[in-house]
Amino acid sequence: MSSLDRTLEQLLVLASDHFQVPAGTLNPDDDFFKKLGINSLQTLDLLTKLETHFNVEIPDYELQGVSDFRTLAERIHSRL
Amino acid sequence: MKRAAPDLSGCQCLGEALRDAIDRWKDHVVLIEADRDRENCRLTYLDFKQQALPLAGALQQSGFDQDDRAAIIMSNQSKWLIGAYAIFYGGGVLVPLDFKLTAGEQLPLLAHARVKALLIEYPLWRALTQVPGFKGVQMPIVLVAECPKSVNLQGAMRWEELRDAVEPRFIARRRQNVACIVYSSGTGGRPKGCMLTHENYLEQCQALMTWYPFWPGVRYLSILPTNHAIDFMVGFIGPFVCGATIVHLRTLRPEFLKDAFRRYKITYVSVVPMVLKALESGLRARFKELPRSRRWMLDRMISLNRLLTRNRPNVSLSRRLLPQIHEALGGELEAMITGGAFIEPSVLQFFYNLGIPVANGYGLTEAGTAITVNDLKPFRADTVGKPLPGVEITLVNCDAEGIGQVATRSKMVMAGYLDDPELTAETIQNGWLMTGDLGRIDSSGHLHLFGRIKNMIVTEGGKNIYPEDVESAFDGIPAKEYCVLAVNYVWKRLSMSGEQLMIVLRLEQVSEPTVTLLEELRVRNRRLLDFKRVAYYVLWDEDFPRTASMKIKRGVLAERVAQKLERDTALREL
Repeated sequence: MSSLDRTLEQLLVLASDHFQVPAGTLNPDDDFFKKLGINSLQTLDLLTKLETHFNVEIPDYELQGVSDFRTLAERIHSRL
Repeated sequence: MKRAAPDLSGCQCLGEALRDAIDRWKDHVVLIEADRDRENCRLTYLDFKQQALPLAGALQQSGFDQDDRAAIIMSNQSKWLIGAYAIFYGGGVLVPLDFKLTAGEQLPLLAHARVKALLIEYPLWRALTQVPGFKGVQMPIVLVAECPKSVNLQGAMRWEELRDAVEPRFIARRRQNVACIVYSSGTGGRPKGCMLTHENYLEQCQALMTWYPFWPGVRYLSILPTNHAIDFMVGFIGPFVCGATIVHLRTLRPEFLKDAFRRYKITYVSVVPMVLKALESGLRARFKELPRSRRWMLDRMISLNRLLTRNRPNVSLSRRLLPQIHEALGGELEAMITGGAFIEPSVLQFFYNLGIPVANGYGLTEAGTAITVNDLKPFRADTVGKPLPGVEITLVNCDAEGIGQVATRSKMVMAGYLDDPELTAETIQNGWLMTGDLGRIDSSGHLHLFGRIKNMIVTEGGKNIYPEDVESAFDGIPAKEYCVLAVNYVWKRLSMSGEQLMIVLRLEQVSEPTVTLLEELRVRNRRLLDFKRVAYYVLWDEDFPRTASMKIKRGVLAERVAQKLERDTALREL
């Protein structure tokens, strides 16, 4: 498993926990706005949790235009 | 300090109003930029001038002259204002572009505006240079902020290295000259560049400050980007000319937002409805967690506050009755400002009951920002307020219930759309701006909005989405014809909430879409920014009505769909 895959896997677990959905229900290419019914402010909340977990600062703009977990994992990974 | 509106009647242009403010308020703090819990900078009016003039000088030295156009594409930060000041100082025309658009959407607008200069943040510049066709757009002067030193900007200037430029020459403009070109739509279709004059802005500022005065000591929290019309007026021009302080926060994270209210003792803040609703949910959740006795006491105090402020807000009284709530927001919040999209009256009432008036309003870019605002005399959660001083509104083609299209006339109405006299003539008729929104004026002069007669939606985040603009995302799908429309435009509904888009599909020789087609539609839809996505598809079995030049007659198609199909059965979730 590549380190990017590991980041993605951890991201999915953290997102499931944060938005209280059963583990394994979120997939890498899911549109998180649609699947979780959330708005951009709620994704910022998740970002804070991700920063703590990965010990990295992720500026708000990194979320711009991102709506699936895989791309989000790539953005985080590039800052690790 | 006296809370009075500034007298801008003698001012000819924004450059003059801003320059005079610097001369007047010299040592007052004008700008604070914070990022999370860090403070990036704190500038007095004189510091601001020292940062802005070298920029104005560099622009002039590079050939930027009066009436030349300069675009700014930046997030919410202090350089936005410094850049705008430099552009106005040199008599230029500002083109504020939404930094949240994709680079592929920004490029055609830069081309349409024929900008001579571009002021941009590095990550946004990098994205722009990667758009196909970028090299075909002429932008002789590019100034890039916050670029890593290791990057070669290949001809573009680096903001942080501007020094010792020539002493800039102040160039005055007349009230009727264009100050800004603001794009109200047109990211994929017909660009609508609203030409707003210096007079439009000076009059708007004067009117707004009459009802919601700023004064030295006011701290305005700017979380909306300044390309947003509301923030441009109440987060830049208004506070600046009144000697107030603007606090930029470069993140919208709730934890830092709360901290900023307290740390800077914020007086005013502008928020889009989505943020206001999030604040409400957060507060309600905290109220729920309170022990029963404290919750009982809080409810009594809220009821008492509501009773005592039913005719007029009394913020100092509310602060005494509900100290914990006000202290959590810094203890000096006078009001929150919102607009740009529909907001539920219950949300407005919730905050008013806590002693935090929300200045709700209604406006259009074409009308120079706000047309009506709640004057709080008394607070009304059920309307979008009364016309600002100097603004006339009327209703056109009213039905039996007195609901008609809202039209407005004032010195704040734009000069027209850039390079589009035909659209200008459709929109401004005999001096009246036709808004395309349906409203009714009650006996107290308050405007109530009921829906739209135009093919568009407005998101909770305050974004205008024109279906034509998202249509290109579906280019090449295997359907005979398709057209994107606003659902409420097809089936008229007297509602400002729940606005969504639909795609009308005319299929090739089949009555049901294939799984492949639906998957293709969904993939394309996901590529759109979340607020632009199409919610439904509708199947249509007739050829689309078209003009001689083969453009779809959207209005006719919408009418036919509404006549032939029932809304609830026709809409299928995409």
